[in-house]
Amino acid sequence: MNGEPLVRWDWLFAHLGPIGDRVGQHLYLATIAVGIGFGISFVLAALSIRRRRLFPLITIVATGLYAIPSFAMFAALVAVTGITTLTAEIPLVLYTLVLFIPNIVAGFDAVPADVLEAADGLGYTAGERWWRVELPLAVPLVVAGLRLATVSTIGLVTVSAILGDSFGGLGYYILDGYQRHFTTEILVGGLLSIGLAALADFGCVLLQRFLTPWAAARAAVR
Amino acid sequence: MDIFSATGQWLADPLNWQGPNGIPARLFEHVELSGVSLLLSACVALPLGLWIGHTGRFSWLVVSSANAWRALPSFAVIGLLVPFTTMIDPNLGFTLYPTMIAMIVLAGPPILVNAYQGVAGVDRDLVEAARAMGMRDRQILLGLEIPIALPVLATGLRSAAVQVIATATLGATFGFGGLGRYIVLGDANRDDGELFGGVVLVAALSLTALAVFTLLERRLVSPGLSSRTEG
Repeated sequence: MNGEPLVRWDWLFAHLGPIGDRVGQHLYLATIAVGIGFGISFVLAALSIRRRRLFPLITIVATGLYAIPSFAMFAALVAVTGITTLTAEIPLVLYTLVLFIPNIVAGFDAVPADVLEAADGLGYTAGERWWRVELPLAVPLVVAGLRLATVSTIGLVTVSAILGDSFGGLGYYILDGYQRHFTTEILVGGLLSIGLAALADFGCVLLQRFLTPWAAARAAVR
Repeated sequence: MDIFSATGQWLADPLNWQGPNGIPARLFEHVELSGVSLLLSACVALPLGLWIGHTGRFSWLVVSSANAWRALPSFAVIGLLVPFTTMIDPNLGFTLYPTMIAMIVLAGPPILVNAYQGVAGVDRDLVEAARAMGMRDRQILLGLEIPIALPVLATGLRSAAVQVIATATLGATFGFGGLGRYIVLGDANRDDGELFGGVVLVAALSLTALAVFTLLERRLVSPGLSSRTEG
């Protein structure tokens, strides 16, 4: 803009430190949200599996929360919890629920009944059966949910930039660049946040391969 | 409690219901621009997804667009468009175009993926039977695959609609119009009534769209299929 070159490389090289800090903040905000979101989702999914009637209700609430635009949710929370990390995290956590819960429930539903019977026949206690049979077999779909939630959260962290300079991770550069009409900053924030999401997506795929080596082996046999 | 009364007062104030920054005008703007984006996106994504689902060709395109879509945060997409749209038009390119383009582009993949999955997921035995009865490709697509896929198509439109409404709201940070403006203005003027009024309106609009498309999904289940599952 304003007849400047598209990328001011001197600015970029002079700001490598702060850019690194923003990447760190981005990952920090996303990791907390995905971690807490996973914990809450696991409890709600376990509840849904035990009490089937709760599942549609939990799904409706999670879907409804997900439909509330992030900009509106962040802005609304400022009046309640102030400009704090809590305000940044609450929407991020709430948006992960609809991505985690159906996948966790589907993961445990997908465990075949005869496998469970076989485990019982082998004399597994309920706890052993859960830990050594049910959980490993549920992993592929649980990790599929983790993949969705991680990528989505990394994207949404950028929106927390509207809370002020001390939030937003790489989103800070997008908003600041827009307000100052400074293209280089927008490109740095935008491209790096897309890159981070893509990298996290790839990381989740690797994690899935690592946690379910039998899936790859089976695919190779076929 | 203060917030609730401030929001109530703002929503009830007749002054906020008139003029170019009034609630009807902003609501119409939000719905209009979202609708246009959804329509434009569907015009490309829907036929493409149906065709890919029917022929099975280029299905990698669907998978990669779905993956790319998830890694594209709307905040980043709008921001990244700004430098390029301002080159074309310094005014509208700084306010309207970036968000509008982001809305159209980001609505595409959910529609494409669901159109593809809806058609590709139709029982192959049914397709074979239809072919054996002498139905042509076009007849199979229009008379068999699309009617069965309709609820899945509606699911794609639902995701796209929710996405588009949210992107339009976010666009207010980048000078876009619509209901998000109240949130930006309420924040700038330190007017909690206006900010929360905007939040309430945006949430209501988005949840309404969600409800409408969910109902559509239920209504569009082919009568032949729904009676079979009931029986």
